[in-house]
Parts: sequence; structure tokens; C-alpha cells
Amino acid sequence: MRTLLDPESVARGLRRIAGEIVERHAGAPDLVLVAVRRGGIAVAQALAKWLSELEGHAPPLGSVDITLYRDDASTALPNPRIGPSEIPCSLDGRHVILVDDVLYTGRTVRAAIDAVMDYGRPRLIELCVLVDRNGRELPLQANYFLKAETVQSDERVDVFQDERGLSALVQAKSAPSIPPAAPRPGESS
Amino acid sequence: MTEDRLRHLLGIEDLNLRSAERVLDTAQAFLEVTRRPVRKVPALRGKTIINVFFEASTRTRTSFELAGKRLSADVVNIGGSSSSTSKGETLRDTVNTLDAMHADVIVIRHAASGAAHYVARYSRAGVVNAGDGMHEHPTQALLDAFTIRQHKGNDFKGMKVAICGDITHSRVARSNALLLRMLGADVALAGPRTLLPSGVESFGCRVYDRIEPALDGADVVMMLRIQRERLGAPLLPALREYARVFGLNSTRLRLAKPGALVMHPGPMNRGVEISEDVADGPHSVILNQVESGVAVRMAVLYLAASEPGTAALADG
Repeated sequence: MRTLLDPESVARGLRRIAGEIVERHAGAPDLVLVAVRRGGIAVAQALAKWLSELEGHAPPLGSVDITLYRDDASTALPNPRIGPSEIPCSLDGRHVILVDDVLYTGRTVRAAIDAVMDYGRPRLIELCVLVDRNGRELPLQANYFLKAETVQSDERVDVFQDERGLSALVQAKSAPSIPPAAPRPGESS
Repeated sequence: MTEDRLRHLLGIEDLNLRSAERVLDTAQAFLEVTRRPVRKVPALRGKTIINVFFEASTRTRTSFELAGKRLSADVVNIGGSSSSTSKGETLRDTVNTLDAMHADVIVIRHAASGAAHYVARYSRAGVVNAGDGMHEHPTQALLDAFTIRQHKGNDFKGMKVAICGDITHSRVARSNALLLRMLGADVALAGPRTLLPSGVESFGCRVYDRIEPALDGADVVMMLRIQRERLGAPLLPALREYARVFGLNSTRLRLAKPGALVMHPGPMNRGVEISEDVADGPHSVILNQVESGVAVRMAVLYLAASEPGTAALADG
């Protein structure tokens, strides 16, 4: 097990990315953050906080659950639990930034783009992740990332949140998984 | 991955608390889908759902059809009068034919109690019971419970529900009584003595041959449709008589709690089991039931159409 990002480097990195976003989107008037459930939610919340510090107000923050958009939706999941998707405003003409914890095969992002498109026609969609790891199976890349890392095929990247903030670490695929990075708003269990 | 897994939804009697709540929780996510600008998700792309309705039903069939289409499945409807049954085909041959067409889910409504079980025994498809005779109508009970959750929260413990009308012939009453008892509600059944089935005590409900004690302090009032075809039989008095003694009107509704919900599975006989002003009044959630119906059926079809050994209805 090795640490990729500790809470301090996540905070610094997200502040840098918030600056890049504000610069690229000219103050970000049309910006909407859309977290990919569930790992992207804590990341998007932290990013929204930094954007708010820079611009004085946070952009609208939504989330999509991609269970129903997976390319293996009806065959692969042993026990699908469909979480709520919450999009707070129309996405027509907006600049949408999809936020997730780790970019790996790209299949989740492909599904998330399809989900976002069902809520309207954004002007553009960008992707922000904490960790960009190798192993892409689709021609996709992140516009913003904190760290690019080569990870062995028998390893995985886990992002988790504690009272100090978000961290990312690499561990063996066989290791027990860490509880999800954020509570699941609107869910009882 | 437990032994109580179901591929089919044949009746509430086959569900347990966990699997029932699983359907209701899944329906919550699908309700959101039905309110989006694009009311369609690709979850069942490439799957085939066949609705076989041997009994006429516009409402339930349309609801299942919309549910399947919003999941991107291919949906085919077969009606009783247009089907080969009218040419003498047996149910067994109908099942074999649908199987040969590689249906993933068969939704069946039939006048014979047990028809859905029969189809499930001989078909490779997942089978959803859309009403079989006087037996069960599980998706109606699930959508009613879902509608109650939307208004009263997820905790049914101590909730008083009155189900009023022709209890004997009502698969809606039976499925609802089973599900609401399972969820922890206190259920009262009320109807003319001739329309209360023998052995009704086994439902675990309070039973009355007048409507007033059932309404007393109720959080939810479900009125059942009086089936006009049963009129004139010795079981049921004239319509006006029934409306006077068993109909829900605004005076009687005052016996229930303030803020009580009024429900009806439809189609309504206005002025018979339910008065005009109550049907259209502030307590009525009858149209919410219709909206819930599509979300609940999406959940049921989604769970039933998933591959065997994966997302079956009853695994936790």
C-alpha cells in the first residue's frame, strides 16, 4: 500500500484546479459541477468550496448515478443499487464539469456523459479527477487531474475521506475496500 | 445471494420485507427518471418484454408498456381477443411460443387465479403477474405502498390503512393487505358481509361489515372499484344503496385523520364507491398512484429482466 495523495496535497491540487477552471471559463458564469456517484461527490464538494473562495459563489452542484447507463447494465452487477441522480438546473448551454475520484477504463465517464446528455444539451463537458491512472479502454482523457500514476493491473486506487480531508492510495486489488468517500445523501442505508 | 431470490414477481406472498423494500427503493430512482427532460434510460436495451393481457386493461397495460419503453426494452403487447387464444390455443402453447421468441420478461394478466404461476413454471422468461383472477395484483400493491411512502415517509409502523369495498373478489385488496401488513401497517378491511371472504381473518387485519369503524382515525383510505358486472347478483344491493352505505363521501372522510390520503386503483365509479368531491379533493392521491405505477413497474421489470443469477428481485 502506498499513498498517492494526502489531504494537504489534495487541498493544494484542488485549489490549483479551481484556479485553472476559473481562468479557462472566464469567471465560470455558466459552470455546473456534476459528480459521478458515489466517488465523485466528495471531490466535487471540495472543488466547489475552492471555486466559491475564488469567485465568491459556488457553482450549482449535481450528481449522476450511472448504474442504468453502464454498458453491462443488465448483466454484470451482482446487486445493483441505483442511487438518485440530482441535477439542480437545466444543463442546456452550460459548461458541465464531470467530477470523479479516479479515471481508469473510461467506461464510467462514457456512461456519465450519456446520463448528462439526458438532462439537456450542455455547451461543453469537461472531466476533472483526482487520479488519472493507466488502463483506458475508451478514447477519453481528463481535462483536469491532480496526479497521473501508473498502477499495476493487480492494484487499485482507493480514494477516501476522513476528518483531515480526501486521500488517495494504491493497494492490492485483493485488499478489503475502504468505506465510500462520502455519505450518500438522500439514502437511508 | 440468498435462497429466497426471485426471478419472477407472482405475488406479494412470495416477497419478504427485504425484497419488497428493495423494489420500493429501486422505484424511487426510477421516479426521478420519469420526471427528466429525456424520460428514458438504456438499462434494458436489447431486452424483449411481452405484455400478455387476456383480460382487458388499458391502465395497467399502458403503465407496463411505458415502463418497459422508458427502460429502452422492446415491448410487445398481445391482447386476449386478438391473440391465438381466441382460436383455441392453450396457455401452455402460448408460453412455448413466447419462449421461442426469446422474451426476457412476460407480463401476464389472466382471469384465472394462478395463471402467472403456471406461466412461470414453463417459461424461461421472468414472469410478472399483472393480475390473476381473484388472487393477486402485486404491482398495484407495490405502487400503492410507494405512493404512501411518498406522502407519509418510509415507516409504516402503526400507520392505519382502511381498505373498503368488495374484498372477496379483489386481488388488489388481497395483495395490499399482505404487503401493508408485512411493512408493519395496521390494516382494516371493510365491506358488505356478502363481499368479505371466508377465512378473511388469516390476512391479519381488522375486519368490519360497516365502513365507519374502518375509517376511524385512518391515515390512508383505499376504496376499491365496485365491479358492475357483479351487480344484480344476490351478493350486492343496488348501486345507490351501496353508495349510501359504503361510499366514501366528504362527511365520512372526516372520520379519518386530517391529512389522510384517499386512494383508488381505478377506474373509478364516481358517485358509487367514491363521491365526486372526494375523488377530486385535496386528500386524493389517485393521480399520484398512476405516476408511481410507471416507476414501480420500471423497478420490477428492471429487476426481473436482469440475467439469471445476477440482479434477481429478492436478493439483498
